[in-house]
Amino acid sequence: MSLIFAIFLPIIIALVIPFLFKKVSNIHTGWFVLLVPLVLVFFYGTYIPTVMDGNTYIEELSWVPSLDISLVSYIDGLSLLFSLLITGIGALVVLYSIFYLDKEKEKLGNFYVYLLLFMSAMLGVVQSDHLISLYFFWELTSISSFLLIGYWYTKDRSRFGALKSMMITVFGGLMMLGGFVLLGIMGETFSIRELIDQAPILVGHEFFVWALVLVLIGAFTKSAQFPFYIWLPDAMEAPTPVSAYLHSATMVKAGLYLVARFTPIFALSEVWVWLVTGVGLLTLFWGSVFAVKQTDLKAILAFSTVSQLGLIMSLLGIGSISYHVTGTLVTTFTIATFAAIFHLMNHATFKGSLFMIAGIVDHETGTRDIRKLGGLMSLMPISFTIAMIGSFSMAGIPLFNGFLSKEMFLDATLSLQHFNVHSLESWWILFPTVAWIASVFTFVYSLYFVFHTFRGKHKPELLPKKAHEAPWGMLVSPSILAILVIVIFFVPNYFSSLFIKPAVAAIQPLAYQVPADIGFKIKAWHGFDSPALYMTLGVFLIGFILYKTIDKWAPVYERIPAKISLNRFYNGLMNLSDKGANRLSSSYMTGSIRSYLIYMFAALIILLALTMWIKNAFVMDLTNLAPIKFFEVLISLILIISTVTILVTKSRLTAIIALGAVGYTVALFYIIFKAPDLALTQLVIETVSVALFLGAFYHLPKMNKYEKGKEDRRFRLNNFLIALGVGIMVTLIAIASHSQKLVESISGYYKETVYSEAGGGNIVNVILVDYRGFDTLFEIGVLTIASLGIIGMITVQLAKKKGDRKVEDK
Amino acid sequence: MEILMSILIGFLFMAAVYLILSRSLLRIIIGTGLLSHGTHLLLLTMGGLGGESAPVLAEGITDYADPLPQALILTAIVISFGVTAFSLVLAYRAYKVVGTDNMDLMKGNEDND
Repeated sequence: MSLIFAIFLPIIIALVIPFLFKKVSNIHTGWFVLLVPLVLVFFYGTYIPTVMDGNTYIEELSWVPSLDISLVSYIDGLSLLFSLLITGIGALVVLYSIFYLDKEKEKLGNFYVYLLLFMSAMLGVVQSDHLISLYFFWELTSISSFLLIGYWYTKDRSRFGALKSMMITVFGGLMMLGGFVLLGIMGETFSIRELIDQAPILVGHEFFVWALVLVLIGAFTKSAQFPFYIWLPDAMEAPTPVSAYLHSATMVKAGLYLVARFTPIFALSEVWVWLVTGVGLLTLFWGSVFAVKQTDLKAILAFSTVSQLGLIMSLLGIGSISYHVTGTLVTTFTIATFAAIFHLMNHATFKGSLFMIAGIVDHETGTRDIRKLGGLMSLMPISFTIAMIGSFSMAGIPLFNGFLSKEMFLDATLSLQHFNVHSLESWWILFPTVAWIASVFTFVYSLYFVFHTFRGKHKPELLPKKAHEAPWGMLVSPSILAILVIVIFFVPNYFSSLFIKPAVAAIQPLAYQVPADIGFKIKAWHGFDSPALYMTLGVFLIGFILYKTIDKWAPVYERIPAKISLNRFYNGLMNLSDKGANRLSSSYMTGSIRSYLIYMFAALIILLALTMWIKNAFVMDLTNLAPIKFFEVLISLILIISTVTILVTKSRLTAIIALGAVGYTVALFYIIFKAPDLALTQLVIETVSVALFLGAFYHLPKMNKYEKGKEDRRFRLNNFLIALGVGIMVTLIAIASHSQKLVESISGYYKETVYSEAGGGNIVNVILVDYRGFDTLFEIGVLTIASLGIIGMITVQLAKKKGDRKVEDK
Repeated sequence: MEILMSILIGFLFMAAVYLILSRSLLRIIIGTGLLSHGTHLLLLTMGGLGGESAPVLAEGITDYADPLPQALILTAIVISFGVTAFSLVLAYRAYKVVGTDNMDLMKGNEDND
């Protein structure tokens, strides 16, 4: 199977899913869908042994050759790890969804199409080596996320959450595109690998920091970093399998992927180090503190995800310091990158299982409100066990994989003391302190999540459903993840050489040629002299005390004024743009045709005048003019007088007769200018027109001049100025077009061929009926339609609607 | 002559635009009529006013007036007649239904949509 085909396999299968859903109603559609990630996970699995040794694979498919855009699938340690996560977790989530979503009640066709669309998009993001195709897949993940969050589209909250996530992530995506374009300009290539090779040159470029910041905004919005995280809690309106998949295990990690992938390019700048580390730590702190405040199970998990993403982000930031140091310190800091990838993997396991448990609790009790839950331990023992494993891992308790990566994280923040380049002095202590406080809160909300749901007093009267254990099918996926949580703790180094080391080697190509160069081993026990040990013990102790006293201090959250929340800011901004756009468009869309005509005429004047001025198009050639005869002057005078009569007259009859006079004068001009056919037609038409006007005359009101009096002086002046402008422009164009013939007239062709080809002598007539015969035919068609319309309007009486009223004439 | 015609055409356009911008429906229709006259003359002038003879093949004549603008104008005259007739009846109908020919009062707004 080709790599590019593998990316698109889910979308291709998605095409037949709606038919399967309609036709095969006795089998849950999910079983067919499940095959896709299963096939893919085995497919990508076959790459593990070779990628472990540092091999990479690349496959290219030209997309827009003229713009040098191509789909490039690039497999190295980093993209392989993500591809396996996407397909592996994807398989578990699809399996879980089969039992979560009812095949009778839910629109499974839509659901699985969106899910498969997302799978393709996400694989595309992590494998694209070309910036533009990366951006394309990136926005596709935003769109599929939008569709999945809004899956229950009849709910207001779903639609709100879907729109919010899309607004924020697409905003970030556009920023990122700007960054990509700048990178493309600087490096003259859109290939990430080629940009990495040029990194030392790029860092001095004036656009470099701009590109860096723009790309980071993209990564921060997607990975729900502060202050963009606000979309993630609202995204929890999605069905739980989606939350477990997109909003915890994969899509929100796209930002982390982006940061990891671009580290070799941007890490040479210290701005990168401090932005990634700082925003990551702030997010970690913020998310963990506010997770305790939440009462919805999924909201707790959402804030916890925000916080854990921040943790991984800050680790990637600390890891990029390795580009700024030499000697043994390089290893000290690359360990942070190692920890980041390790925790990313661990987070996918424990958070995935916790989300699925939250879904099970919701499914079996009918509520996710932690205040109504409690005492489910005896009713749902298996779910409780899984939840406990997941939470303890999240809290960083030994025997679970979270402990290992958490300890490595604390170590990494401590290692900042060795980075003395930036007059950090004793300020470095701030980083481990914030990390430590955040870890305490993480510990608190982990225990809060599991024990407030499963321990304590059972309150069956508050639950919409009678609680019972979930069906086995729903428990399979979280159980597999929970088992992984424990297995990884006992054999971390096996997983490390399979997945983590190849990924780290891809992020740190300067430090490590092949994954095997990374000598680092994960250890659960570092000895009594490890400061991280005491930090961890402190977390347990303080965390436990805070958890026990949670009822006493939690009310503090209520004191935080609602006015300064980011959500308010977002809502205000949306409101403002909504109203602003409304006001703006209604300010010029007045509904009066006169205004639109004024815009058109004004645009005509301005655009033509500008073009003529810029192009220097106005030329007046006084030679080669036809002579003026007395007769012609006379006709011109008649024309002007008749026109003026129309303008000033108050009588309808006079106006109509004057219009007729104008028409007949024009016919005279046609005679003078050797156009007998035109003159004839004009005479006939003008006669009929005048007759028609006179016929309508009886039925039409007096020709009121609505713009009389002083108050309308402005109105008339405006109209006059616009009319004058149009008149002058037309005169100028007429003169200029006469004075410079830029292209040869094509009339010569007709003159030469009219007799031989069409067998006629009257060139104008032959053009109409022969050369442009179809034109004339359609013209007759237009006239037919117009006459049918006229007949319709005269004969058919409009049905009077109720409530219709006549507008009073002023 | 071309300069004179250009000025004449500009004047026709000016009068036409002024009428089209007014509030009375009838004046607007008359304005469109003037506009098409102006446009026809503009087409003719742009093609050049020279030419000894009408564009009908005849022995011994080589200098014909340009036939192409004439063909275009012929089409345009007929179409503009169609437009005038249609809008005249439309105005009649609109007047019957809403009882005014004042554009400002006819425009759809929240009250009389």
